[in-house]
Amino acid sequence: MLEESREELMRFMLLFSRQGKLRLQKWYLATSDKERKKMVRELMQVVLARKPKMCSFLEWRDLKVVYKRYASLYFCCAIEGQDNELITLELIHRYVELLDKYFGSVCELDIIFNFEKAYFILDEFLMGGDVQDTSKKSVLKAIEQADLLQEEDESPRSVLEEMGLA
Amino acid sequence: MLVQFFQRTHYSLLLLGKSKEAEIKRINKELANIRSKFKGDKALDGYSKKKYVCKLLFIFLLGHDIDFGHMEAVNLLSSNRYTEKQIGYLFISVLVNSNSELIRLINNAIKNDLASRNPTFMGLALHCIASVGSREMAEAFAGEIPKVLVAGDTMDSVKQSAALCLLRLYRTSPDLVPMGDWTSRVVHLLNDQHLGVVTAATSLITTLAQKNPEEFKTSVSLAVSRLSRIVTSASTDLQDYTYYFVPAPWLSVKLLRLLQCYPPPEDPAVRGRLTECLETILNKAQEPPKSKKVQHSNAKNAVLFEAISLIIHHDSEPNLLVRACNQLGQFLQHRETNLRYLALESMCTLASSEFSHEAVKTHIETVINALKTERDVSVRQRAVDLLYAMCDRSNAPQIVAEMLSYLETADYSIREEIVLKVAILAEKYAVDYTWYVDTILNLIRIAGDYVSEEVWYRVIQIVINRDDVQGYAAKTVFEALQAPACHENLVKVGGYILGEFGNLIAGDPRSSPLIQFNLLHSKFHLCSVPTRALLLSTYIKFVNLFPEVKPTIQDVLRSDSQLRNADVELQQRAVEYLRLSTVASTDILATVLEEMPPFPERESSILAKLKKKKGPSTVTDLEDTKRERSVDVNGGPEPAPASTSAMSTPSPSADLLGLGAAPPAPAGPPPSSGGGGLLVDVFSDSASVVAPLAPGSEDNFARFVCKNNGVLFENQLLQIGLKSEFRQNLGRMFIFYGNKTSTQFLNFTPTLICSDELQPNLNLQTKPVDPTVEGGAQVQQVVNIECVSDFTEAPVLNIQFRYGGTFQNVSVQLPITLNKFFQPTEMASQDFFQRWKQLSNPQQEVQNIFKAKHPMDTEVTKAKIIGFGSALLEEVDPNPANFVGAGIIHTKTTQIGCLLRLEPNLQAQMYRLTLRTSKEAVSQRLCELLSAQF
Repeated sequence: MLEESREELMRFMLLFSRQGKLRLQKWYLATSDKERKKMVRELMQVVLARKPKMCSFLEWRDLKVVYKRYASLYFCCAIEGQDNELITLELIHRYVELLDKYFGSVCELDIIFNFEKAYFILDEFLMGGDVQDTSKKSVLKAIEQADLLQEEDESPRSVLEEMGLA
Repeated sequence: MLVQFFQRTHYSLLLLGKSKEAEIKRINKELANIRSKFKGDKALDGYSKKKYVCKLLFIFLLGHDIDFGHMEAVNLLSSNRYTEKQIGYLFISVLVNSNSELIRLINNAIKNDLASRNPTFMGLALHCIASVGSREMAEAFAGEIPKVLVAGDTMDSVKQSAALCLLRLYRTSPDLVPMGDWTSRVVHLLNDQHLGVVTAATSLITTLAQKNPEEFKTSVSLAVSRLSRIVTSASTDLQDYTYYFVPAPWLSVKLLRLLQCYPPPEDPAVRGRLTECLETILNKAQEPPKSKKVQHSNAKNAVLFEAISLIIHHDSEPNLLVRACNQLGQFLQHRETNLRYLALESMCTLASSEFSHEAVKTHIETVINALKTERDVSVRQRAVDLLYAMCDRSNAPQIVAEMLSYLETADYSIREEIVLKVAILAEKYAVDYTWYVDTILNLIRIAGDYVSEEVWYRVIQIVINRDDVQGYAAKTVFEALQAPACHENLVKVGGYILGEFGNLIAGDPRSSPLIQFNLLHSKFHLCSVPTRALLLSTYIKFVNLFPEVKPTIQDVLRSDSQLRNADVELQQRAVEYLRLSTVASTDILATVLEEMPPFPERESSILAKLKKKKGPSTVTDLEDTKRERSVDVNGGPEPAPASTSAMSTPSPSADLLGLGAAPPAPAGPPPSSGGGGLLVDVFSDSASVVAPLAPGSEDNFARFVCKNNGVLFENQLLQIGLKSEFRQNLGRMFIFYGNKTSTQFLNFTPTLICSDELQPNLNLQTKPVDPTVEGGAQVQQVVNIECVSDFTEAPVLNIQFRYGGTFQNVSVQLPITLNKFFQPTEMASQDFFQRWKQLSNPQQEVQNIFKAKHPMDTEVTKAKIIGFGSALLEEVDPNPANFVGAGIIHTKTTQIGCLLRLEPNLQAQMYRLTLRTSKEAVSQRLCELLSAQF
């Protein structure tokens, strides 16, 4: 006896600033560039227009949007109507905690200039829109291991090259 | 790393907030630089490649298009340095499109990494597959990943990635993921030591179980025992999987979600254990919080809401359902907006369970209060949804009144939806139809702009079908129209209702015919063309209803602003109605303008619209469940008694009102389907074959080509009469079956048959008639007709019944012919011949020369051409003895202009008929049909 499909899938996650600058985007369902841009523009407008203290969930197109603002950044997830909104809200929080732990009191600039780290952390935590591991320890351990590998890899460069003058 | 790359460039740019132009200039310079590095003679080392690919990504994320660098990124994939590989994969997962050449190269790199047995590399490769998730990737790896997933020596982190990667591939290409031995081993991952592995596996199993429930049935008991262990664990047992004192909330939610793929467990032990879990979760909601942090309560409530979803899904434990409802009731007044929102949402589904519907209803005051006081529109929207879901006959007046008053200040974005909901509830739960009429008129007054056509069509449909409310409706619209400024939709409804039922209030001197007319006409000039057209039809109906206002109305019709109106439709109506009022006798006028017959009952088009707006699942579920639960509560208006009244004039909205939506019963099955249809099954004891056409049927058929009413068939037992009207590509036919004997007809079953060839072109819809026809009685059947495309054959009407122990089987052709969809076109001589020349292609012309079968009378011929449907054009043909006509055949898909010329030769008693249309088949068919008339 199979009833309605309870497909559970995050469609995308966006990080954008109060000024409407997109800082990070992760799409979990193939979407054309044009459509992505349109959706981002539209959704940012909707979310930025909302007042503080309003509810963190809203219906948008055929999706449900769960968002939360941390300092100057909005974290915004689009899920399907059947999905659990509260657990998605905490998923955002867990991601912020991970960023915070890694960068040490994370700020918007950390995410701008270390976007690849922000992606790697997100990828350790979520995969294909689903939680891969909710343990803060295992996610951070994976990232730290990667950092160790990076340090082994990276041979010292000339100062000139690091400065972009070479 | 990037800070190093960018400190001299974008960093300063971004921080100093320079202009957009400066940014673009700087970026173009950077892009040119990277491009020259990639194209340069000197091979770049891995580090430089990584640096430039990373810069490209950065630029892309700033919102600029990147059209190169893909190849360099793919090169990085085969690097042995982790960081280079990582940036390569990141670039691809963010930027790759379905460039097939590139996918092949990427797949090669992935294959190597999967085989590397290096868990970090394997993780990167699996992530890339999950990110891109294209079909090509599924083809390459869907067979491989299950092996990685269940292999004994796979590391936990790789298992997690493999499970979710496979899940992603299954979502995009389920056909490419082979089921097999691995599935049972995946189910046992629910017992794994590592909670991260269990979490990932649960997601995978849930998705697979939806499509293969049998295969994954054993997951139910495993999920229940896992859940049980989690909910009973102390808050620190699960270490890092405890989130703000809540044990493994993500995993709990996922397990509860998995259980929603199945009905309640059959094994009583498992079922008991699950009930215990659900009770524990409900109990915990009442315990004092272990932390003041919102994360604690969110995680706890996330599990609680998922548990309630499962309780609602099972819909089998009244005790749990009522507890869930009480819990949600508490949340309705919680200070957290998020919880109020979710409680309203969750209660919506609870309202559809018979166990909890009453319990939900007790919260009506709180929900109404939410509608009035919530500051967030998305929460108010949920409150509207819940009120709609909890509505039944007992509380409908209150809920409808609250929704109406909310509508006055409602956000524009949700007004239309509220209007639809109010209209549906008012109709569905109306005991007293005066309440219904008041409600809809209020809707128009408060939110006229949001009242769609469906809503006002429906109110007219209901008033026409219920004679107990007609007088009240006329009085109410008359009063509403007194307002100095009223919405155009009110003018439409008012115009239509007074046109049909104005006579019911005409006795009162305050609403005498003239006052009614003046009132309507005072709005005329402020209205749009379609409304004015409707009012003109009301006026001609007034001419019939109230002879005393005929001169006044004729004066209005005669005025230049009508007769010479720039709008063709208005002008035509004014001309025709004026003419009709002058030439037609009172009797003819009364027949033409007779009251509208009742509309066949069918699903409300408003409901259809709401479903379209909200997506089918949301509305259907509630409606269907409710309907099953209680039939008497949801009765809706009873079907109106069958009426033998004649068709009235093609009124301006008749076609829109009735024929657009699909009636519940489809037309009868085609003969080829044999004993398939229900209608035929009634006769399972007799040979169920369709009789050959009755003798004389052809002649009778031909008589209906130029007229719409009359007797189609008659024998000793049965008479079949027809009345029909057509407008553009739509039509409606009333078939009257008269039992000429004094004995009952039993199992009386008329069936409409369209050949396979005809079916796509002509759409017929009707309802079965009562299977018993009393002696001397007449039953009526309405057929709604839609011409989809031009057609040649005619449908067949087959009637089977039992008369005194004998089986009767009669077939006749139903005279629905292409010319019924003619609209006459008037044109001057010059235009006619110009068009005639334009249609000179040999395929466009069909000519027939034939001997007259009837006396060659000019007036009769004229009447036949008009009856055929084309306009008869006077003073066009240079030879006054010839007849020319013009018209347009309307089908759903196209309109076909038609010209015809009939040249009689009295001496030879012959005719020459020439048809020119843009379509050969149409010329051919019209020529055939018309030739048989003379």
